[in-house]
Amino acid sequence: MAVATRRRSGWRRRLGAFARFVAALALVGGVYTAFAPGVYAEETDESFQALVEQGEELFNNSCISCHGVNAEGVDGRGPSLIGVGSASVEFQVNSGRMPMAAQTAQAERKPPMFTPEEATAIAAYIQSLGGGPQTPDNIDAMVADVLADPTGLAEGGDLFRVNCSSCHGFSTGGGALSSGGFAPSLAGVPTEQLYQAMLTGPQNMPVFADNQLTPEQKAQVIAYIEYLNTDQDPGGWGLGRFGPSTEGIAIFLVGITTLAVATLWIAGKS
Amino acid sequence: MKRRKFDAKQMPAKIGNELDDRFKLASPVRGLLTKVFPDHWSFLLGEIALFSFIVLLLTGTFLALFFEPSMVHVVYDGSYTPLRGIGMSKAYESTLHISFDVRGGLVIRQMHHWAALLFVASILVHMGRVFFSGAFRKPREANWVIGFILFILAFFEGLMGYSIPDDGLSGTGLRIVHGITESIPLIGSWAAHALFGGEYPGEVIVTRFYILHVLLIPGIMLALIAVHVGLVFAQKHSQWPGPGRTEHNVVGYRMFPNYVSKQGGFFMLVFAVIALMGGLFQINPIWLFGPYEASVVSSGSQPDFYVMFLDGLVRLFPSWELSGFGFTLPAVFWPAVVGMGVAFTVPLLYPFIERRFTKDKAHHNLLERPRDNPTRTAVGAMVTSIWLITTITGANDIVADKFNISLNAMTWGGRIGIVVIPVITFFITRRICLGLQQHDREVLAHGIETGIMRRDANGRFYEVHQPLTSEVDEHGHPKVLEYNGWTVPKKMNRVGALLPAVKGFFKPVELPSETPRREVEGDDRSREEIEAGRR
Repeated sequence: MAVATRRRSGWRRRLGAFARFVAALALVGGVYTAFAPGVYAEETDESFQALVEQGEELFNNSCISCHGVNAEGVDGRGPSLIGVGSASVEFQVNSGRMPMAAQTAQAERKPPMFTPEEATAIAAYIQSLGGGPQTPDNIDAMVADVLADPTGLAEGGDLFRVNCSSCHGFSTGGGALSSGGFAPSLAGVPTEQLYQAMLTGPQNMPVFADNQLTPEQKAQVIAYIEYLNTDQDPGGWGLGRFGPSTEGIAIFLVGITTLAVATLWIAGKS
Repeated sequence: MKRRKFDAKQMPAKIGNELDDRFKLASPVRGLLTKVFPDHWSFLLGEIALFSFIVLLLTGTFLALFFEPSMVHVVYDGSYTPLRGIGMSKAYESTLHISFDVRGGLVIRQMHHWAALLFVASILVHMGRVFFSGAFRKPREANWVIGFILFILAFFEGLMGYSIPDDGLSGTGLRIVHGITESIPLIGSWAAHALFGGEYPGEVIVTRFYILHVLLIPGIMLALIAVHVGLVFAQKHSQWPGPGRTEHNVVGYRMFPNYVSKQGGFFMLVFAVIALMGGLFQINPIWLFGPYEASVVSSGSQPDFYVMFLDGLVRLFPSWELSGFGFTLPAVFWPAVVGMGVAFTVPLLYPFIERRFTKDKAHHNLLERPRDNPTRTAVGAMVTSIWLITTITGANDIVADKFNISLNAMTWGGRIGIVVIPVITFFITRRICLGLQQHDREVLAHGIETGIMRRDANGRFYEVHQPLTSEVDEHGHPKVLEYNGWTVPKKMNRVGALLPAVKGFFKPVELPSETPRREVEGDDRSREEIEAGRR
């Protein structure tokens, strides 16, 4: 009985020691891995690192004069970009707003200076500096889902009127803000940029983070904007969808003018 | 039995006789049909308003068959996909129903709205014609007052009309109406409560506005239009001065057949223009505005153009809020309540105001050309400039956005402009009128500028003038003609120097003569025809 017990406990002791050894190795390795993630990434994702390096080069050539070394910002010229996220960079660069043509009240949409690949590179560089919101890659699929389901479209319309129309107007045509600022027209804006704008809140626009408008709700809003911009006006020519101001011009230019000519036709002239 | 022969030619006379035997119609109808009206294009501008009012009644009746003035909450389930499943009032839902599910509903709705804009626009243009030609003077002051009351009624009728669909834009407008009502001292909050039946928006405002819009105000307007037009018959239409026209006659054409056919055709033209606009141009797309929600206020929210001057006044006025004795007088009171009060009472009383200054108590059946009363014309131009500035300011955010101007610059431009521009307009208009008067007198004294330059023996250049009369005074100079209040010919072709002016709209009524015209100078026969005021 005593022999058997001793023999068995010796086996168990050796097994226990091995287990402890493995556990210690795993702990040391795990701690090491946890404390040195960069080294791990560097060793495994060389293509991403190359992208960041390309982005850094582009940044240093084109953006550094206003946004500063390491994107820390320059007083009176440009804000720090640390933490703005890749979505913000992609929006600003792909919509041509950055680089700015001049220091004005608001940057305007223009043909982009960089290709989408270059924009992705700069975005990766900024993302590597301090993180921030990123563009999901399934926006078009989400929007298509909403367009297939009319209730989502109607909810998008409701969300648009409550959240967006106070600046961009009922019909997405844009509107004036104070001191030369403006909310741009949303006609022809790619779905990706609409999403990025809501996510990052460029210039005067407030941020609609995912806890304010969920990604699904953002897709609904985008679907409504797409619907309005592709829908034909059921009532004829929409007069720019500016509301009563262009209607007032139309009644004088078309209605009164035509009928004034008619009076000249049927009645005496002098 | 022999059948009686049916004589179609005798039918109108026979029917007429039968009617006259019973109702004694001959004398009054003869008076009506043979009544003479002067002929001038500017006298037809008021008819645009009359005819668009008829179109409004017709299209409005159609809409009333389908519109439900109720603020009961429903969930939309119609054909416009992007609103399906959204909660809204019955009023908004039935307007969507008219627009998308009633056959022809959208085009009738759009015709109704365009006709409303045309109605107010033509009232403004007609009012301008009456003002600038002095047609409101004695004995027609009452008709000016009635006409202006019609304008005020049209203003509120339109405001209520675009408020009752209960869409996002009209609700924003109603909120402003509520705020303006509240800003009236002492009675404001009581009045707003009474109007809306409690707190804004309440449950009754659409129903109340609806019955005002379809019954009460149109009824009053119809009665006033009858009086307005009846007074034109009773007092006779004023006419422009000219050969043979005096304060005591009317030169023109008879009601029948001339004006009956012209007015019938013109009604069809007005109807056609409204129908074309209703079919081609989208107006008030309520499906874009969504149902009214208090939290939804879109940028670029404007009232219809005739209310825009008030919106502009509110936008221009500084935010001066006065408080004292436990009361607060909000800034909106001054532009909206006082401004609207001034805008609606001063023009209403203008005939009496003008008479107080001119002390002119005479009857006036002959009109005045705008240049012949420079002060009145300048006042009119000044008011027009104020109206334009405030109306443009009413849409200043859209102007700022589309023309890349700062919104603040637009506001300050309007603030400075509304003080400076009317004054400049007054003086410039007055000077232009005086200059035109002077040029008329010059042409009457010296003749038309021919454009022919001559050089005399001394080397002096001078322009040859064609005198308007062959009579000469004791020095052998052409006689100075009296100004008779009507167009003075100022171009040689107005006195028949060139080929006859081509008349007719699509093709010439008379073809130009083949033979070359006589030389102008030294031809007495052509001079004899020249007379100021020649038609």
